[in-house]
Amino acid sequence: MSVARFWRKIPQRYNLIGTKCDNCGRYFFPPRTFCPVCRRNGRILEHQFKGTGKVVTYTVIRAASEQFEHFTPYVLAIIQLDEGPRLTAQVACPPDKAEIGMRVKKVFRRIGTDGSSGVIHYGTKFVPE
Amino acid sequence: MREVAVIGIGCTTFGEKWNSSFRDLFIEAGARALEDAGLAGEKIDALFIGNMSAGRFVEQEHIGALIADYAGLATTTHIPATRVEAACASGGLAFRQGVTAVASGMSEIVVAAGVEKMTDVASGTTVATLAGAADREWEAFIGATFPGLYAMIANDYMHRYPLTREQLAMVAVKNHYNGARNPIAQFQQEINIETVINSSLVADPLRLYDCSPITDGAAAAILTTMERAREFTDTPVKVLASAQASDSIALHDRRDISTLDATVVAAKRAFRQAGLEHSDVDMLEVHDCFTIAEICAIEDLGFCRKGEAGKLTEEGVTSLQGDLPVNTSGGLKACGHPVGATGIKQIVEVVQQLRGEAGRRQVDAKVGLAHNVGGTGATVTVHILGV
Ligand SMILES: [Zn+2]
Repeated sequence: MSVARFWRKIPQRYNLIGTKCDNCGRYFFPPRTFCPVCRRNGRILEHQFKGTGKVVTYTVIRAASEQFEHFTPYVLAIIQLDEGPRLTAQVACPPDKAEIGMRVKKVFRRIGTDGSSGVIHYGTKFVPE
Repeated sequence: MREVAVIGIGCTTFGEKWNSSFRDLFIEAGARALEDAGLAGEKIDALFIGNMSAGRFVEQEHIGALIADYAGLATTTHIPATRVEAACASGGLAFRQGVTAVASGMSEIVVAAGVEKMTDVASGTTVATLAGAADREWEAFIGATFPGLYAMIANDYMHRYPLTREQLAMVAVKNHYNGARNPIAQFQQEINIETVINSSLVADPLRLYDCSPITDGAAAAILTTMERAREFTDTPVKVLASAQASDSIALHDRRDISTLDATVVAAKRAFRQAGLEHSDVDMLEVHDCFTIAEICAIEDLGFCRKGEAGKLTEEGVTSLQGDLPVNTSGGLKACGHPVGATGIKQIVEVVQQLRGEAGRRQVDAKVGLAHNVGGTGATVTVHILGV
């Protein structure tokens, strides 16, 4: 991933800053700049998520793309934030401790590297609450 | 709208084809389809080519013109040639573009084809490229792989419905049995349940034998109006329905993780168009990029209720000898999955079955359905064909 492409989303990736539609009250993470329900009547505002939620489903990645192969095996999950939206994130816990329904909270961690000597990307992971 | 028929089909063998280039593959499939229709290339008035990622797999874009050129139709008839892309549903989409062109009257005779050359890059690049079928920014960049996303579907499904590890393995066993009876299949050997459940874990609970392979291949179909079809063939196969639907690009934004709503909607549209019931369909080619995907497909297409497809598989209903044969070609699992070509290969298989040309895997069929999925279900096409 290019530096600019990563840097552009740093507030979202580092701090779980998403958006909210002031018209219908829906929360969006990953952030959307257009409310799919209200469409032109939507009013999108920035929103800081609390960073707590639960695991909806998960897997343990054992064969990864080059950027992540140093991290295998790692737990990847779909997490439902307490405010409602769902996102995909890594859960920093032993693979055999992951389970559906598990409560988690956000932490700031290294996410991946571009090649063995490449740029290190940081972002949000989750840990058991 | 005019009625549309398939009058010719062609396919390369599927596999790791070290001796064939991207353009070789396409030309081989296209030439076979023309020969099958007894047609000269100059009669074709449009080309639609499904291809997911020649840009990353062979560093070639502008696929439409390239193929028109090597088919000898660029400098002679200056044929309009269009590449279409919807990840693994690119082939289904190309077929639908061809159907639309003929049905509307814009074109008389068209080629709808698909091609993918996947083995010219290292496997890490392949994994990264395929992950681009999902949400690059919010899935792949986080560490999601394509098998990882389907593994999360499998875990959600198995948490909610009574599907056993053995039933999941039976999907692969069945598809290898069928592949062993298909001369174009990448894997032509039968396997057993132990082979699947002892293979290495890729993304829990999915193991190597739950996953479709990396494949080179191409497939082509020739379409014209039902009215003109008999000029070219005694066995035209009628396109009874052509439907397409979309859903969120990311799996985490779905209404239900283990239901592909785009499949549900595309199937409803297709059955309405065709004026048919599910009981009228004799065989299916569904998008089994992973074993769990075949389970979801059978249910989401409406052939049984949610949670029942594992049992149907175990009872043999979906086998070659069963009441509803599924993936007679061997599916993506055993026949192989050259992503852009898969949707057209499904059509080729349905046509062969309906014409009675499927050899050792022949089933009794008058109506067949092809179901092609892009990504984890963000694009779905459903086609129903009949004789
Ligand atoms: Zn809204």
